[in-house]
Amino acid sequence: MTPTACYAWPAMTLHWLIAALILVTLPLGWYMQDLPLSPTKLQLFSYHKWIGVTVLLLVLPRLWVRLSYRPPALLPAPVWQQRIALVTHGALYVLMAAVPLSGWLMSSAKGFPVVYLGVLALPDLVPKDRALGEVLQVLHQTLAFSLAGLIVLHVAAALKHQLINRDATLRRMLPFGR
Amino acid sequence: MHATHGRRLARLTPALPALLLALGLGQAQAIEVTQVQADRSKVSFTFKQMGVPVTGAFAGATGTLRFDPAHPETATARIAIDLAGIDAGSQEANDEVVGKQWLNVKAFPTAEFVASRVEARGNGYAAIGKLTIKGTTRDLTAPFSFKSEGTTGVFDGAFVFKRLDFGIGEGIWSDVDTVANEIEIKFHVVATGTPAADQ
Repeated sequence: MTPTACYAWPAMTLHWLIAALILVTLPLGWYMQDLPLSPTKLQLFSYHKWIGVTVLLLVLPRLWVRLSYRPPALLPAPVWQQRIALVTHGALYVLMAAVPLSGWLMSSAKGFPVVYLGVLALPDLVPKDRALGEVLQVLHQTLAFSLAGLIVLHVAAALKHQLINRDATLRRMLPFGR
Repeated sequence: MHATHGRRLARLTPALPALLLALGLGQAQAIEVTQVQADRSKVSFTFKQMGVPVTGAFAGATGTLRFDPAHPETATARIAIDLAGIDAGSQEANDEVVGKQWLNVKAFPTAEFVASRVEARGNGYAAIGKLTIKGTTRDLTAPFSFKSEGTTGVFDGAFVFKRLDFGIGEGIWSDVDTVANEIEIKFHVVATGTPAADQ
């Protein structure tokens, strides 16, 4: 495989780093919300938010890399599959920012400032407002579930290309792929 | 005619000092407040969990006090905070904090501050006394400022205490990395009184 047919290493690095963070914080968020109140619950909520803020911070470099390094062209495939791929990738970029942002908004509305890593207080995006907090909770959960669904689709498609089509789609996003 | 005048004047005389005070005449700050106005007073608290500040409030504060800003050394106070109906920032926190490991409100429904003396300090004052929560009593110094308008006095102050000193948040909750030990109390107490008697 020629080097230009691979993703640039900044893209690879950010892709897998953000993927790892999301794959931890998504199930964590789903698990933690129904726990009875305990010190553990408070810790998990904080870790969930710290990871979410980190993802949000990485969105700008991720977008910058996407715009600076052109990704390899989509490999030959039916047009409908290529369209789904483009829409999915676009939606993933949007949700990568929208999910943590909606979480931050919700936290502000519920009266809990987000304190990154327990030391850096982020500004409250909205004032404390119970009704708004509940609306934002639904928004955050809906966006998070959508992200989860798209990730399943994204992973399934990658595995399809790897195992069924046996093309380089997945391999070229892997640092050791050849 | 003269008799009627006399009676009218006699009725007016007791009101004269208060009238002069209301007009801003007479001795400055010649006031002694005694009646806590519970509905106009507020006591709030702030604590940190995982570095996140959470502000809550108590449902009510009542009490008696005696404070003459010109003679702080004669002051006394007994303030009781009603712990049921505490707002700790969220419903699940409210349900948790009244329980046995925290305030144990069933057994100890009020917290009490008894000031034995007040000192003038800098631009304001400090109330020195004892704070009792959940059956434990500790010394406490509470700095405050005082403003008076007519016969109403307003006390504003704050102090920090350590929750573990009172056994608040026991067992698994004694981990101060999760819920910090320091609790800040802010009080705004409105009290009415009377013009102080001249020495």
